[in-house]
Amino acid sequence: MIRLEQVSKTFHLKSREVEALKQINLTIEDGSIFGIIGSSGAGKSTLVRCLNLLERPTEGKVFLDDIELTALSNGRLRKERRKIGMVFQQFNLLAQRNALKNVCYPLEIAGVPGNQAKERAIELLKLVGLEDRMYNFPAQLSGGQKQRVAIARALATEPKYLLCDEATSALDPNTTNSILELLKEINERLGVTIIVITHEMKVVEKICTQVAVLNEGEVIEQGSVQEVFLSPKTKIAQEMIYPKPKYDNRNFHGKVFRLAFGGQSSSEPIVANLVLKCQTPVNILGAGTEDIGGKAYGQMLLEFPKDEAAIAEAKKYLDSIGVHYEEEDADGI
Amino acid sequence: MEFNQLVALLWKGSLETLYMVLTSTLCSYVAGIPLGVLLFITDKNGICRCRPVNLVLGVIVNLTRSIPFIILLIAILPFTRAVAGTTIGTNATIVPLVVAAIPFIARMVESSLKEVDQGVIEAAQAMGSSPLQIIVKVLLPEARPSLLVGCTIAFATLLGYSAMAGFTGGGGLGAIAINYGYYRYQANIMWATVFVLVVIVQVFQELGMFIVNKTDKRIRN
Ligand SMILES: Nc1ncnc2c1ncn2[C@@H]1O[C@H](COP(=O)(O)OP(=O)(O)OP(=O)(O)O)[C@@H](O)[C@H]1O
Ligand SMILES: [Mg+2]
Repeated sequence: MIRLEQVSKTFHLKSREVEALKQINLTIEDGSIFGIIGSSGAGKSTLVRCLNLLERPTEGKVFLDDIELTALSNGRLRKERRKIGMVFQQFNLLAQRNALKNVCYPLEIAGVPGNQAKERAIELLKLVGLEDRMYNFPAQLSGGQKQRVAIARALATEPKYLLCDEATSALDPNTTNSILELLKEINERLGVTIIVITHEMKVVEKICTQVAVLNEGEVIEQGSVQEVFLSPKTKIAQEMIYPKPKYDNRNFHGKVFRLAFGGQSSSEPIVANLVLKCQTPVNILGAGTEDIGGKAYGQMLLEFPKDEAAIAEAKKYLDSIGVHYEEEDADGI
Repeated sequence: MEFNQLVALLWKGSLETLYMVLTSTLCSYVAGIPLGVLLFITDKNGICRCRPVNLVLGVIVNLTRSIPFIILLIAILPFTRAVAGTTIGTNATIVPLVVAAIPFIARMVESSLKEVDQGVIEAAQAMGSSPLQIIVKVLLPEARPSLLVGCTIAFATLLGYSAMAGFTGGGGLGAIAINYGYYRYQANIMWATVFVLVVIVQVFQELGMFIVNKTDKRIRN
């Protein structure tokens, strides 16, 4: 279990101070794939670097299985770090070592004898499907292959935890999927707890069990992926999870509603019912659905005529079936 | 002078020069690498931040580097005598060469290390490497191509310095050029010496680059 207690991080720049993390409390349970999602600059990298103290929090405590990392000496901390593997967006492989030697590195520094290290490294390269590229240097490998080597390297010391900071952001969609599959397999087969940092919804959707939404250095929402994604409580999380579709609102004459609905209501003919209940034509401006845990979750942008009575009726209906909606500002331009 | 005599003279001079320059390059690297590493790791973004050490070392290195070699050569004559027992000849020349080259090499080593990707150093830290392990297993091996390029530069620079040392009784090709060309107006001998110096620089430069290209794994082949 990794636990953060009131962790804050402030960077002191020459001209100003940046509060990258503000009193973060977070518990990452063993066995989970924990997603941390947030937009650029939200503090995701800072947060993940605080987990293995690459970055020292300005305040607060970091616990790893009840050992307080923030209280350890440098020497002890180095030992504990071997329980936490880390994978980076830019792979960060040793350019002058081949794949095999790269995977051997963490074993070398842990004092594992050469031939034993080599054996283990080969085993890991097999796990990530690169046994035929052992003697290739990073420059001779593709991005996806480099990330596989990096994952093998991160797993060499049999860590309980694996931190992935935007591990797939430098890869194309297909390669991203195969790396995500690999991470899932590692989680299931080796029981490694994985912490995935990302700005992409689909990464969390695809492999995570738990998720925390980070915004401006604060965890604004946290829970199981279904819970958070199906009913985001804060507006910021809603917008992050279901970004507003782009539309040209100059031609709108009526009132625009944004509906967000979860699996429970996806079988109900909402639009048809709206038309029937309000006796007014509604115009679908845009719609999108996501599949989360087998449930359809979506949003829809509807335009109503400027008819107060009809709109009131529509709101009443939406309230009655428990669909979340917001009025968008469409006029004024 | 007979042609045979000239060849023998230049051959002897070349051997002396190579002896001086190679020995002093080697000795300067023995001191320059640790110093360069120290400059790098104590820097404000380094792995063992230590402002005072970095500042003091930086000032010493800059001071020594800004003294023109010919002045340094003369200024440290007492020191040279104390170390080598004499101030003339090849062995005595090695002393000022090393003194002049150490700070210069330290800076070059530092700048080579700065080329190592910060992310790789971070990854090594995340894996629980100690500072010594990072230096020996990450920084120096990753910077090897750049360090080798620096080495060929250091070699050429020291070759030039060693020729200057001919003025104060140092041996080698420099002494020949000065004694025959400058004092006895035998320009042809001077030019012959310069030619040999050029060839030596060229050969070592090519050799250095050959090794760099052969061993740099960032180059696909
Ligand atoms: N070493 C640093 N010095 C100063 N400010 C920093 C430093 N590292 C991060 N910051 C600041 O902290 C904030 C959070 O940065 P961080 O890198 O954690 O964001 P992020 O969520 O990872 O963004 P991205 O998705 O772009 O990687 C930013 O405002 C950034 O400018
Ligand atoms: Mg980041």
